[in-house]
Amino acid sequence: MHIVVCAKQIPDPETPPAAFKIDAATNKVVPAQGIAPVLSQFDGIAAEAALRIKEAGGDGKVTVISMGGESAQAAIKQVLAMGADEGVLLNDPAFEDGDSHTTAKVLAAAIKELGDVDAVFCGRQAADWDMGQVGLLIAENLGWPVTIIAKGVALEGNALKVERVLADGFEKTEVNLPAVVTVSNEFGEPRYPKLPQIMAAAKKTVTKKTAADLGLDPSEVGKAGARLQLQKLFIPEKGAQVEFIEGETPQEQAANLVAKLKADKAI
Amino acid sequence: MPHNILVVGELDGGTPSSTTLELLNGAQGLAGGGSVSVSLLGTGASAAAAQAAGASKAFVSDDANYDTFRGEQWLPAVQAAVEQSGADLVLMGQTTVGRELGPRLAFRLNTAVAMDCVAVTDNGGTIEATRPAYGGNAQATYTFATTPAVATVRAKSFDPATGGGAAETVELPAAGESRVNVTGKEVTESAGLAITEAPIVVGGGRGLGAPEAFEDLKNLAAAIGTDKAAVGASRAAVDLGWFPPSEQIGLTGKVVTPDLYIAVAISGASQHMAGCSGSKMIVAVNRDKDANIFAFSKYGIVGDWKQVVPALIEEFKKG
Repeated sequence: MHIVVCAKQIPDPETPPAAFKIDAATNKVVPAQGIAPVLSQFDGIAAEAALRIKEAGGDGKVTVISMGGESAQAAIKQVLAMGADEGVLLNDPAFEDGDSHTTAKVLAAAIKELGDVDAVFCGRQAADWDMGQVGLLIAENLGWPVTIIAKGVALEGNALKVERVLADGFEKTEVNLPAVVTVSNEFGEPRYPKLPQIMAAAKKTVTKKTAADLGLDPSEVGKAGARLQLQKLFIPEKGAQVEFIEGETPQEQAANLVAKLKADKAI
Repeated sequence: MPHNILVVGELDGGTPSSTTLELLNGAQGLAGGGSVSVSLLGTGASAAAAQAAGASKAFVSDDANYDTFRGEQWLPAVQAAVEQSGADLVLMGQTTVGRELGPRLAFRLNTAVAMDCVAVTDNGGTIEATRPAYGGNAQATYTFATTPAVATVRAKSFDPATGGGAAETVELPAAGESRVNVTGKEVTESAGLAITEAPIVVGGGRGLGAPEAFEDLKNLAAAIGTDKAAVGASRAAVDLGWFPPSEQIGLTGKVVTPDLYIAVAISGASQHMAGCSGSKMIVAVNRDKDANIFAFSKYGIVGDWKQVVPALIEEFKKG
């Protein structure tokens, strides 16, 4: 059983809103001072799901793939420290400023090149752009079935049993391998690697691949191949100016608040 | 410039869902003399076409195999509807259906989709889609290099359409096979009013400290009125197992747009605000006067919820 986990490095979503800045000229987020980028949290959960299947089966292999700059090595190392076996960094200036379509094309080409992959696990969405497309588009590129927003995944024979989250509950699904699964936060917390595992991860192999290595033409990836074109990235107005409710006691505060809400016809 | 628009409809108890009606209204506003069509799949689809307000044509199949959404079954039918309608813009809800269908349909049509849009507009003939990014810290406006443009749209982004439905219906093929089998479903029982429908929503966060605290929030909702108020939770509280995932408010949960949102012990992480910032008014109770939630609030009480919530319950009970 060979599972690929797709991992993305993103600006820390816990960055305080006051430190979140956009460069209007480039339509890019300005990296916040002193706040390191992190592994997108849903990808960590996808890695956890893949590792649990590997461990339950007793054998098997987990490969973590990330498309990004040199710094994305950190995201790969984190998943290797969790217990993945090998890493692949898809690194080429031609990959930059693409969209979900080009990202999935590159990842799918890398998965095809590995050759013996049984399943691909992705986070339900990258916690920066929040599109939730790449897992689905990898499946379309590979011609594989896909089931998304999983809160539980188990391997039974040649099939994955996937519980997925719906608006009003959960759905149980079954899909034969090879398949793509995207994993949601309802799955549970990813493991936290300890120092010996972090040391061991440093010795694991990370292979680098460029567009040429994957047989991709620069015109079909990155900005050149993107179909969705970002025109403007901006910080929306918050609007409200908060009025703190006065009062000597919680009872007084509560009475004053309810009076204001009544005056505003909000209740 | 006129646009031919296909709305990928969904049925709710045999009638077009509220999101479908909202999209139909949005489509009418954007069509500019072009056509508005709708696709409806599943039991009662043909009959529901007459209720798809604002659509001139409905692409339908009454095949009951469409009732449970399976992407591989819906895709060929919706793709046929897009092609036959000549749509240059396809709209669907950011729902279980849209989340899966949007990217896959775009792939098969050699085009792109913008997910979870809060606005879709026509700027001098060019379709622009605006959506939150970076957990709601930012918004991004996109154009499409390919046609048709596909967008999934967040609930309540448009008012619902009213008036007559589709006069003409076109039959779509029955459902084919799916490689993903659905073997069961568990519906989470939620007592009372749905958080997405309630005019007043009380939200609780990690700052409550313990799952029992949600009983106090339920009492607060009851004091406001069981026909008016419902209780939801932040992702942090849901991930701790304090409240069911189906009642999660935020980017990866439900988007609520009540008249009044009362946020209790919620810090106001962007991820949460993405699910409630469309509320007409936000009121927050938090111990930390610098909490981000206050930046979105009209009124704030700085204090311990353990004292403030019982006081609010007493006050609301006075009527």
